[in-house]
Amino acid sequence: MAAEAQSIYEAQQALLDEEDPRQHLMFDPLPRHEMNSMVMEAMTTTTPRYWRVVIILGILVAVLLFGAWGNMILTGMGLAGIRRPVFWGIFIVTFVFWIGISHAGTFVSAILRVFKAEFRRPFTRAAELMTTFGLASGALYPLIHLGRVWVFYWMIPYPNERSLWPNFHSPLLWDFLAITTYLLSSTIYLYLPLVPDLAMARDRTTGIRHFAYRILALGWRGTEAEWTRVRVAIRIFAFAIIPVMFSVHTIVSWDFAVSQVGGWHSTIFGPYFIVGAILSGVSAVITILFILRSTLKNMDYFLRPEHFDALGKLLLVFSLAWAYFFFNEYLLHWYGGYDVVRKLLTHHATGPAAWVWYTMLICNFAIPCLTLWNRRIRRTPWAMFIITLLINIGMFAERYTIIPLTLGYQRSPFDWGEYTPRLTEVSIVLGTFCLFIFLYLIASRLIPLVPVWEVQEGQEAHKLRKVGKTEVPSVAELE
Amino acid sequence: MADDQKPKKWGIVIDLDRCTGCQACVTACAMENNIPTAGEDEVGYGRGLHWIRIQRYWHGEYPEITPDFTPVMCQQCGHAPCEAVCPVFASLHSEAEQINLQVYNRCIGTRYCANNCPYFSRVFNWFDYQIPSPMNSYLNPDVTVRSRGVMEKCTFCIQRINRAENQAATEGRSLRDGEVIPACAQACPSDAIIFGDLSDPHSMVSQFARQKRGYQWLAELGTESKVVYLKRGGEYGG
Repeated sequence: MAAEAQSIYEAQQALLDEEDPRQHLMFDPLPRHEMNSMVMEAMTTTTPRYWRVVIILGILVAVLLFGAWGNMILTGMGLAGIRRPVFWGIFIVTFVFWIGISHAGTFVSAILRVFKAEFRRPFTRAAELMTTFGLASGALYPLIHLGRVWVFYWMIPYPNERSLWPNFHSPLLWDFLAITTYLLSSTIYLYLPLVPDLAMARDRTTGIRHFAYRILALGWRGTEAEWTRVRVAIRIFAFAIIPVMFSVHTIVSWDFAVSQVGGWHSTIFGPYFIVGAILSGVSAVITILFILRSTLKNMDYFLRPEHFDALGKLLLVFSLAWAYFFFNEYLLHWYGGYDVVRKLLTHHATGPAAWVWYTMLICNFAIPCLTLWNRRIRRTPWAMFIITLLINIGMFAERYTIIPLTLGYQRSPFDWGEYTPRLTEVSIVLGTFCLFIFLYLIASRLIPLVPVWEVQEGQEAHKLRKVGKTEVPSVAELE
Repeated sequence: MADDQKPKKWGIVIDLDRCTGCQACVTACAMENNIPTAGEDEVGYGRGLHWIRIQRYWHGEYPEITPDFTPVMCQQCGHAPCEAVCPVFASLHSEAEQINLQVYNRCIGTRYCANNCPYFSRVFNWFDYQIPSPMNSYLNPDVTVRSRGVMEKCTFCIQRINRAENQAATEGRSLRDGEVIPACAQACPSDAIIFGDLSDPHSMVSQFARQKRGYQWLAELGTESKVVYLKRGGEYGG
């Protein structure tokens, strides 16, 4: 009896230890100058290994992306594996993938900011950077996949002597406009909270760096008026960018949904794509946070298991939401009974490329559901790293199923066709992955990756107060 | 002349009972429209540039099988899925001929139109195709030679329509039924392909199109296609 009580007591004690508020970044404050120098140190430390990686990535971008693309421009689209009836292949798959990835920055930064989720504070910048670079990588694809890229500007509504305008009925044009809007607004949204940190960097650097930061910091001095203005601007942008974010992936989904292609023509595609985008985007945030934590200096102070824990819960929710949309599609088409789509969906699960379909289901649904309910797994960064990588593989497989595998099995079986990506396509796809990592690596040494002022603001609001003999965590309302 | 001002509605009737699957139309179309030869491997991979193709299905169980041939070209939809999706108006509707035009010089090669065509009748110039000598001397001067990176498709031999209309206008008369014959119809040894004006109720093509056997492929999509197929198993036996 006593032994049992003892073990229960121990279990409770262990739980309490885990619940120690000082595990949270918000209850573990450091003086501002110390945090500043930690972030500056992370930003300015470059090892030979870093330079090796940067140079190798730079060469890979030049060869895999621009070399292969240039060769394809000179020779013809035929270097890609696309063929009738699969006119869109892995280029568009990767395009949708990158645009999906780019959702997380806004999601983490704007939505979590609006809902005052405190755990967002240390990694809003890392997520916003991902948005910008993800968009930059993704926005290349509408150019890469053009048959005649040298006349791409015909898609832009510009005044010309022939009064020729682009076709505003075409979803590709909506895409073009939506992505440019998102790229522009997310860059501004990245820049606004960056200004105080750039000023911080300005005050701690010399030479050319100091000069650059002085210009970028826009003469920030940190007066009360400046803080008020930047807070108001951020708040306006946070609300304004949320509809832009939702519209972008809805419009990307309309590329498919407004067509008559069986399996694409679906009213559910807008929210389905958004949920998928957030699932893959939040996963990518976790992947990157793990890499930052293990390669950058002082990052284990800012990025803690609690952040992986909180993001893991989000992932679980979005994985379930994704599964809902996925099964909904099957249910509706089974009930609707349109033969073309029914055969198509059966083909996804039983055809020669069924392994893609199963990869999608296992990685997007089975793995998150089997692992993320567990607090211990959620709090283990390397486990989260593997899980989120798998989720993104699953999301890539989802887009692959939706695009080439759907185009290949349309209404006339005589024209059914398989599609295999060829070397040029694979090389360009890998090239944009290298480009993304390359840009991120460069940026990680150029701008402070942790918004110090936001962390400090949170730490000011969170205090441990002594009530009697115990310390009680308390949070002050900021706004 | 008032009669001439009225836009014609060109259409084709294909009698599946008469089609023998001989591919003469495919060859004739390639010669008429300067269609390059992509080579055996490329065509096998699905990159042939034929504007018309013969769909072949088998009926019955081996060894008692019968082939089932359906020639398919661009159906020149009245409400075309390809037109709305092109961002630069390279695929657009012609008011004069009531067919879908493909403006090669405007095309930037997004290939969206080809994805959205339910008949798979659009083909893409994957490479710059060299037409081997002496075939390059046979090129039809009335038809543009397409460059790499653009879509193309059947035009109902619009150059023949224009030539016949010009001829009729010079002679000061209206077009007669049967005066315009596209290359595929001209080459068909069994007269399975009939071309003409669907808006004229007395034209041969209208009379055939009104037959009970007539159907439009994928009519349920609302494309208002101008190619009418006559179902197999009709008055000629099948």
